[in-house]
Amino acid sequence: MTTMLHQTVEPETAPRNDFGGTERKRAKARRRLLVKIGVLAALITGAFFAGAPVLWMLASSFKSNTEIFASPPVLVTENFSFDAYVTILTDPEKVRFFINSYVISLAVTALTLVVAILAAYAFSRFEFRFKRPLNILIVSVQAVPPITLLIPYFGLMVTLGLYNTYPGLILTYMVFTLPYAIIMMTGYFNTLPRELDEAVRVDGAGSMTALWRILVPISVPGIVSVGVYTFMIAWNEYLFALTLTKTQDMRTVPIGIQLLMGQHSYEWNEMMAMSILGSIPVLVLFLFFQRYFIGGLTSGSVKS
Amino acid sequence: MINAIVEPLDAPPRKKRRSSSQGRLEPYGFIAPTVALLFVLMVVPIVLVVGYSFMDNVIMKRNPEFVGLDNFVEILTDGVFLTAIGNTLFFTIVSVVAHLVIGLAFAMLLNSTVISRATRGIFRVIYILPWLFTAAVIAVLWRMLLNPNGVVNYLLQSDVEWLSSPDLALGAVTFINIWAGYPFFMISLLAGLQGIPGDLYEAATVDGASPWQRFVSVTLPQLKPIIISMSLLDLIWTSQQFALIWMTTGGGPINVTEMLSTYTYKLAFSRYEFSLASTSAVLILLLSMVLAFFYVRHQRARD
Repeated sequence: MTTMLHQTVEPETAPRNDFGGTERKRAKARRRLLVKIGVLAALITGAFFAGAPVLWMLASSFKSNTEIFASPPVLVTENFSFDAYVTILTDPEKVRFFINSYVISLAVTALTLVVAILAAYAFSRFEFRFKRPLNILIVSVQAVPPITLLIPYFGLMVTLGLYNTYPGLILTYMVFTLPYAIIMMTGYFNTLPRELDEAVRVDGAGSMTALWRILVPISVPGIVSVGVYTFMIAWNEYLFALTLTKTQDMRTVPIGIQLLMGQHSYEWNEMMAMSILGSIPVLVLFLFFQRYFIGGLTSGSVKS
Repeated sequence: MINAIVEPLDAPPRKKRRSSSQGRLEPYGFIAPTVALLFVLMVVPIVLVVGYSFMDNVIMKRNPEFVGLDNFVEILTDGVFLTAIGNTLFFTIVSVVAHLVIGLAFAMLLNSTVISRATRGIFRVIYILPWLFTAAVIAVLWRMLLNPNGVVNYLLQSDVEWLSSPDLALGAVTFINIWAGYPFFMISLLAGLQGIPGDLYEAATVDGASPWQRFVSVTLPQLKPIIISMSLLDLIWTSQQFALIWMTTGGGPINVTEMLSTYTYKLAFSRYEFSLASTSAVLILLLSMVLAFFYVRHQRARD
């Protein structure tokens, strides 16, 4: 099955007119076809493993609750309806979860980008004392387990008056998104020649001008990839959203899904509909910015 | 996500420019917001939590006393805590190995040249799907699929309580985590595969290497640095996994799926044993720091 997985992309060379060439060519073509069928079969099996649960989630969101566990299970039932979606989108309490998630995630993304761009500029273009220790700090905080911070945060947020508020969650998420954003942006700035911004600075313009007028506009691909990643982290976060908010009107989508689960009866179709709705922003962002995103994600782990 | 190490660039020889103090203070202005945020919300909390672990019940008592290592002794002799260590080890190691195997298999498939580029693009999106859903969504989805009357039992013609049977629950949550986490490995390995020079394979083919030999002697050695980095990262993340467990089994039944993270959470927010919870949190921090140390050392060696 692994045959020819590693063929370099090269056009098939033109057949040479040697004796027995056609025979060999036919055998080769047959083997190639077999490999192709094998690889396709494996791909489809893998796609079933990865995609079938997601497809089932989508299908279930259009069923009535009584049909969810029908035996034998059916993908599309007779009572196909959008009722579950309507129920969720007309319930102000549930719409509020989405508003909260959008407000927090967009704010985290914007603030993280601004703060990270400033820091990355300093790391990329300046020499200063404590650069190395700060560097090590930024790298190492990424390994700090969320659960370790959770206990002191609880007290800290109450003390700072940020418990159960937007700013409380926004600042918390920034702690988790900033290090990666700074590292990625510094790497990006380092690929841009210093002459670009040095020239402007020598002409008497300030560093801020050089950064925002020159560097930032040409760093858009890097900024997009960091932004998408940051948004995803904030949108999907669960542990701190659970612990640092208290009232129903401050809860985010992941907690909203859990609250649905904890209700008196299990409305599976509504849970699935809310899961789909709650996943759309990330899915859309990913599909649109796939190339940037994967490029940004792997640039650190894969050194060419 | 520790995906790269920012190494300070070698400073170019300083040009004699406006040697005003403003020029030398400038970078501090740029890093000030970052430093302020990380100090208040990273350095301070870590100092606090370490402090808590040496006190008797903090937060609940007005004047907690210093009790030395009592909390550490108590937590390390706590049966449930030891169970949680065992479960976390099983969950983490099985997950990481499976993430690697599945991620590599899918990456190889997606890198195959016998399939057209467009087809591969479609499959790539399908394969990344599980990774785009948040833990809360993955948890409710699998609770539905693994329901006693659910579609999994129908397909297997079985009648099993996957998430509430003491024998199966740990395997079930591990499986869910495997499904949810392999794409990250896959993406990185795919990028790695695309970076392997083609002439290495040609040379191996000329030497008469079989496909399997090519895989063992070219592909694996070339991917080794990525595999080590990814595995360490995945060990760090998986050992900290909370939401997925919390929303599928909550650590039950009878602690068979209790992880270090869920147990710490319960100690703090359902038993209000904040000192013990902090002690547990400090131990988890130490574990992560050890893994992170190896990760950073490995990255340095690669550069």
